[in-house]
Amino acid sequence: MERIFLEEASIPQFPRGVKFRFNRAKEQWVILAPERLLVPDETAVEILKLCDGAASVGTIIDDLAERFNAPRDVIATDVTAMLQDLADQGFVTA
Amino acid sequence: MTQALEPPLALLAELSHRCPLQCPYCSNPLDLERASKELDTATWLRIMDEAAEMGMHQIHLSGGEPTVRKDLEDLVQHADEVGLYSNLITSGVLLDEARLTKLADLGLEHVQVSFQDTESSNADRIGGFKGGHAKKIEVARLIRKIGLPLTVNAVVHRQNIEHVPDFLDLAVELDAERIEIAQVQYYGWALKNRAAFIPTYEQLKHTTEIVLKARDRLKGILVIDYVVPDYYAKRPKTCMGGWGRQFLNINPAGKVLPCHAAESIPGLVFDNVQEHSLAWIWENSEAFNQYRGTNWMPEPCKSCDRAEIDWGGCRCQAYALTGDAGATDPACELSPLHQQTFGLAMREATGEAPEFIYRRIGADEEQNAPEFSGEPAE
Repeated sequence: MERIFLEEASIPQFPRGVKFRFNRAKEQWVILAPERLLVPDETAVEILKLCDGAASVGTIIDDLAERFNAPRDVIATDVTAMLQDLADQGFVTA
Repeated sequence: MTQALEPPLALLAELSHRCPLQCPYCSNPLDLERASKELDTATWLRIMDEAAEMGMHQIHLSGGEPTVRKDLEDLVQHADEVGLYSNLITSGVLLDEARLTKLADLGLEHVQVSFQDTESSNADRIGGFKGGHAKKIEVARLIRKIGLPLTVNAVVHRQNIEHVPDFLDLAVELDAERIEIAQVQYYGWALKNRAAFIPTYEQLKHTTEIVLKARDRLKGILVIDYVVPDYYAKRPKTCMGGWGRQFLNINPAGKVLPCHAAESIPGLVFDNVQEHSLAWIWENSEAFNQYRGTNWMPEPCKSCDRAEIDWGGCRCQAYALTGDAGATDPACELSPLHQQTFGLAMREATGEAPEFIYRRIGADEEQNAPEFSGEPAE
């Protein structure tokens, strides 16, 4: 395995063994991974909902920049940093 | 406590205490449950329904050796059906490609395989099972071949601690997602064998440096979890995320425990899933409520600014080392017994390692415990 570096063309997705799920009893989005559990914050949830295995990082940035009416470069920095951090922890691949 | 009780995050299901290995640091209690007492399939399925309903996220299928259960396939399938993330914690030695493939197809999410060493003869000696290490390597490769994520669980101590770099290489070579470098924790069997396992402070420090460097070097390649023995710590570990806060453990006979070692504390009253629902037990079990929150704490814990961070450390360790499960965990340097505990461990670590007392049913009665500071503090 090699370290993944996310770029705008990368297509982020959840690797096998990682589940991004809504827990109905707790009304909470969670990332489940081997013996780990992460409760992403609201911003992260919005980003992760767009990681469908088809959309590229660039597309996700465009989508969020439009929806939240925010400067694209600010969104781009946040999205890439968050996904890279998740990739380094094994929660996301590309 | 006025806050509402949150449901637990995960369920540790000890399906059986049977195991072909005899690791002298086994986390199972000294008094192992016999096969005849094991819960049946229907009860485990009902437990999973209840766990999912409570909002629990994960089920850890553990033991003993969980693969001795012929109904493991049914349990894995049901976990998937009710939305519980299933994790198989196994020695691996009873698995083959057909069964692994079946389990993966039924929705198993992840497998953790324990390794006793990287050097096969020493590994087999520690596990008390000839040919075990070679079989584990074979099974780990099969797990990756099938595409399941793999965690290498490396239990380290003074008799293999110099192989930590090799453990890291092994995990990378096996294409594992994750490795747990887990120093032995001293309860039950491990406490009986403490002098055979506890490393020196220098060994521990050196290992920690290796692990921190590897974390940097292997970022994005291998997730490294590192557990140190808290004998050499300044503050105790947040054991189980706090007593009765995040986890519950069900033993093979259906007894619901706040942690796998909780039965080592005499006088605690546990409830059984055959008599009550999981939700009822979580809320009402005397054993869970005994050390839940902060009200039970003595000083200096009660007024400590870490009271709601480490939740008083470990009750089983407090009992094992002081004779009082409600005492300050001696791992904390504010405990009056901290220096004594530390000093004793240091002396054991530099002395000659005694013979192992292997984990097996009845071994507790037939072999004498080595000397340790298990006497009550009074």
